[in-house]
Amino acid sequence: MSRIATTGQTGQSQAAATLRQLREPAFWADWTAAVALIILVIVFGIGSSTFLSWGNIQAILVAAAILVMLSVGQAFVILTAGIDLSVASALTLGSVVLGQAYSHGWNMVLACVLAILAGIAVGVVNGLVIAKAKITDFIVTLGTLSAAAGVALILSNGEPVTIISSFLLRLATGSVGPIPYFVIVAAVVAIVAHIVLFHTRFGTHLLATGGDPEAARAMGINTDRVKIAAYTISGFLAGLASILLAARIGAAEPAADTTFLLNSVAAVVLGGVSLFGGRGNIIGPVVGALLLTALVNGLTLLGVSQFYQQLAIGIIVVLAAMLMRYQR
Amino acid sequence: MNAKESFTPSPAERQPGMESSGKTFDSTKPPDPSDVLLFVDHVSKWFGAVHAVTDVTLWARGGEITAIVGDNGAGKSTLIKCIAGVQAPTSGRILLGGKPVHFSSPDDARREGIETVYQTLALVNDLTIWQNLFLNRERVRRIGPFSFLDRGAMRRESANMLRRLAVNIPTINARVRQMSGGQRQAIAISRAAGWGSRLVIMDEPTAALGVRETARVEELILRLRDEGIAVLIISHNFDQVMRLSNQVWVMRSGQLVGGRRTNETTGTELVSMITGADKQELQEEFMTGEEQPS
Repeated sequence: MSRIATTGQTGQSQAAATLRQLREPAFWADWTAAVALIILVIVFGIGSSTFLSWGNIQAILVAAAILVMLSVGQAFVILTAGIDLSVASALTLGSVVLGQAYSHGWNMVLACVLAILAGIAVGVVNGLVIAKAKITDFIVTLGTLSAAAGVALILSNGEPVTIISSFLLRLATGSVGPIPYFVIVAAVVAIVAHIVLFHTRFGTHLLATGGDPEAARAMGINTDRVKIAAYTISGFLAGLASILLAARIGAAEPAADTTFLLNSVAAVVLGGVSLFGGRGNIIGPVVGALLLTALVNGLTLLGVSQFYQQLAIGIIVVLAAMLMRYQR
Repeated sequence: MNAKESFTPSPAERQPGMESSGKTFDSTKPPDPSDVLLFVDHVSKWFGAVHAVTDVTLWARGGEITAIVGDNGAGKSTLIKCIAGVQAPTSGRILLGGKPVHFSSPDDARREGIETVYQTLALVNDLTIWQNLFLNRERVRRIGPFSFLDRGAMRRESANMLRRLAVNIPTINARVRQMSGGQRQAIAISRAAGWGSRLVIMDEPTAALGVRETARVEELILRLRDEGIAVLIISHNFDQVMRLSNQVWVMRSGQLVGGRRTNETTGTELVSMITGADKQELQEEFMTGEEQPS
């Protein structure tokens, strides 16, 4: 009898605790992206009969894959209290390198490796200049944004190249069972990133470097090396994503496009990662990227013009930033 | 700190037989370096033309609290940075247990068992208590070519580290941001003491704390001493120095003025050594009639 009574009591107090949590703005701030995604799914699910169809969900996940990878890279950089404005340029550069190498007769695997190396190169330059020359991340990555876009235009002579490759075609359209390859690649990236951040020494040092660089250095952490690594990871993921981009559009397009840059920062902010560094996770930015992609998808299905879509993204990001002030 | 309060001699300090003639300790006669844990041997540190520390010789024993006092700019912090491996001395030697050591980084010093609790504490607010305790000394488990954090082991050992020093903190999973000033200090001290360290250096360990928290941290420092660790402490608080320390060294403008066993000196004497003012003068200036020693 008494045991049942106690269990009932703890059950009650747990429910009370949950209720208390729900009233805390901090709870909502920590779960901004997830809550927004759920609301969005409900609203679009009611508003559009196709939104929740398996085909459309697949389409959203595939469309989100590139942004998820860029956002994970951006998250690593922002966790060190930096910012990487060059991700979209590194992405463009990577796909142009792939296209040029392939169209000049290189083998596809080698072309893909070169694309990844191009992304890494952008990241390494960012990291070295920021950590060693002590120049503000904002300025450095603004510089490499322009420089990488420039190199992409020079390499391609400003002309897009069509890439006809069975490998890329299979990558873009194939799936394992019901799960498209794109989704698998992005999911693996996210899972590995989560493990690196929370289950390796490097991850802890990254959080320490972003949270309190002075303290990290006092404990013997080489914060310069951590920062270089963070930008290199971001560059690497941009290079990897460039293969997916080339596969998706079947071409290497050298024209600059900042949508991916803005959305990667937006996804990270929506995901509850502090722009001051040191706090955040990987799941948040991934959900943030899904949210932004689902938003565009849903608004398109409802027949809302692209101009309003941009406006909607802007409003959501600013609202998320306001909620973040309540973070614990 | 109320200056007047700290200069008022306690009854114990006014006991007869405490004048310089009765003292057993002579700071000009150093012991054999292998008899003490830390021996600083004629150390100087110059920054260009600035002589921050000039020819300082002092020592500290295990199981004792050794205080370094002195005015701002007396060279205490520079000396401590030399011992902790933050800076290399321009000349002179540092001996640990009689063995000369050369540190090119705080990591080197740490490997020899010298830990420093900085005034800023060097805690990362957004990390949990156990993550801070193990910062840059994370326990890992190897799986093939990769090594992963052994979070369970670190949590268990963290709980033990805090329990050993009777630090009362509800949960090691809390972020340091949620801790009070005293709790943070306790975490930083536990971390310094928790690595088989032989010498723990503390820079103003209670400067930012309230009365009750100061008392807790002082208890903690005494526990380190009782464990046989040599504690080297910089403090501006004379009451604290008199209360805690076994040995006091006084520095003025980069030089060592002298050393005393704490039970053989008074706050007044230390102040006169720090300022270089005559002891009698100070007594006249600060003592009220009824407290004036006969």
